[in-house]
Amino acid sequence: MANATALPAARPAASAKKRRTSPTKRKQYRAAYLFLLPFFIVFITMLVVPLVYAGYLSLFESKLIGGEVFAGLNNYVRALTDPQFWGGLGRVALFFVVQVPIMLGLALFFALALDTFLARGSKGIRLLIFMPYAVPAVVATLMWGYLYGPDFGPIAQMARALGFGTPDFLSAENILGSMMNIVTWEFVGYNMIIMYAALRAIPGELYEAAEIDGAGQFRLAWSIKIPAIRPAILLTVIFSVIGSFQLFAEPSLLNVIAPDAITMGFTPNYYAFNVAFINQELNYGAALAFLLGIVIAIISYFVQLGSERSARRERKGLA
Amino acid sequence: MTSTETRTLLTGERLDNAKASYSRTRRRSWLLTVLLWLCVLYFVLPLWWLLVSSTKDNSALFSTFGLWFGGELSLWDNLQTLFTIRGGLFTRWLINTVVYSVTAAVGATLLSAMAGYAFAKYEFPGKKVLFSATLGAIMIPLTALALPTYLLFARAGLTDTPWAIIIPSLVSPFGVYLMRVYAADAIPDTLIESARVDGAGEFRTFWQVGFRLLGPGLVTVFLFSLVATWNNYFLPLVMLNSSELYPITVGLAQLQAAASAGGGTQALFSTVITGSFVSILPLIIAFLFLQRYWQSGLATGSVKG
Repeated sequence: MANATALPAARPAASAKKRRTSPTKRKQYRAAYLFLLPFFIVFITMLVVPLVYAGYLSLFESKLIGGEVFAGLNNYVRALTDPQFWGGLGRVALFFVVQVPIMLGLALFFALALDTFLARGSKGIRLLIFMPYAVPAVVATLMWGYLYGPDFGPIAQMARALGFGTPDFLSAENILGSMMNIVTWEFVGYNMIIMYAALRAIPGELYEAAEIDGAGQFRLAWSIKIPAIRPAILLTVIFSVIGSFQLFAEPSLLNVIAPDAITMGFTPNYYAFNVAFINQELNYGAALAFLLGIVIAIISYFVQLGSERSARRERKGLA
Repeated sequence: MTSTETRTLLTGERLDNAKASYSRTRRRSWLLTVLLWLCVLYFVLPLWWLLVSSTKDNSALFSTFGLWFGGELSLWDNLQTLFTIRGGLFTRWLINTVVYSVTAAVGATLLSAMAGYAFAKYEFPGKKVLFSATLGAIMIPLTALALPTYLLFARAGLTDTPWAIIIPSLVSPFGVYLMRVYAADAIPDTLIESARVDGAGEFRTFWQVGFRLLGPGLVTVFLFSLVATWNNYFLPLVMLNSSELYPITVGLAQLQAAASAGGGTQALFSTVITGSFVSILPLIIAFLFLQRYWQSGLATGSVKG
């Protein structure tokens, strides 16, 4: 990163206009803060204040008599002993453990495959795989809901024609898997594009040694490409943590067609919404949302930590 | 420091070299081609189904094979129903979505560009802390904030107004991060310096020198904020009560609930399907037309994560 402060001092033209460097510097500080101001106004009012407010709300209880009263950590104790909350958290954790590796594995495979340019129509393939990203989660869920449908869903039609009977994608046991498929469909392309963009930016020198060695595509991918795009992969993992722990649109829309399979606490976010807006328990809802935020922050932190460690280990191994 | 253009050129060269020296593996390319195009089917068939289904009426929807046309071609009838149902509410939803997401995306892009430029090109006290706060905020689950934000907006009397959707969508910590990385690369310090020597103020330098060079980065942040707001369901669901203010996501969800509740009496399924199809066209078109920009913008952002 270039050091901007060092520059004004080394500029005779400016020092002729202004006798000392410090007013110039101050002027630049002021400009920098003014550039940052609009963003941080919105940042503070729309992120920091709601966060603090959620924390504050979560410490109160509303009673029939006496209205809002301070409750200390009661809401948190309640959440931590609430089977609905744990059930939802368990479901998204399972979702994260199963769906995210599949999704990111597919994304990485496609990115690497397209980066070799060995397939015909690579550009078309890239765009078509990416296209579902432009489809809102609501529309994707609606659409897959129809595709899963036992009556006019084409999957059921084909399964019946082949004599397999009608698969029940929307039963209580299968619906989490069906949801994983929807999210995979939506986001493989997005993650692929992030990884692909990073692959395209790998400097050519890195390939020279491999070319001399005559390494094949698989070794090239494994020992040069994947390590080189580690930051991009980390980024997609962190986005996936946030995405899977916050699942909302999918359960809330599938609830319409599979009300028995989607319970009120199917995912933590859906639960917090139902508690706050259907049950009108705002304080408890705030505690649930806050707790979910803490869980996401902790997991993201460990993901980053783990990745830093393995990067360090690798560097040591190379040295 | 190289600009992105030169870097793309460089990687393009790299590619040709790699291609030349790996030509012996080329014989396998048909295998990869077939495999990848088979995978593409998974991503495209659902959308194909949506297109085909939007040409069917309600009874053909149930009686014909889903992945091929059947019955009478009723796309036009479906569109007519879609745009006239409940006094043309669907048009309203489309307009709302466009207004919310374009306003929010323009705002978020401007704010991110200014902040990212400041982080990339200035040294000032508190820079580290402020940037760490921005990075940390990428991890804050935005939907978890919808509830307290709703309560704050309710106090200010702003719920059930377009502002309730637009203002929260202006914050894009990831956009700031992306613009910082992009600005560091795309705007040479010497250009800023010479603008200063010429006596241009800091803001004029930003607008006339910096902003122009940020092109692909701006398009990237714009498109991704556009998608974020366009596809948002949770926030408008929480904030809005009147159906004239709904964006397309909440509107379609409501239509779908009505279709499911209505049983077989209403011919609403074909309307929901046609509505879904119409609602995804604008974004797909935007991504196709602007791909050159957002792809190179993302390239820079993802390199230095």
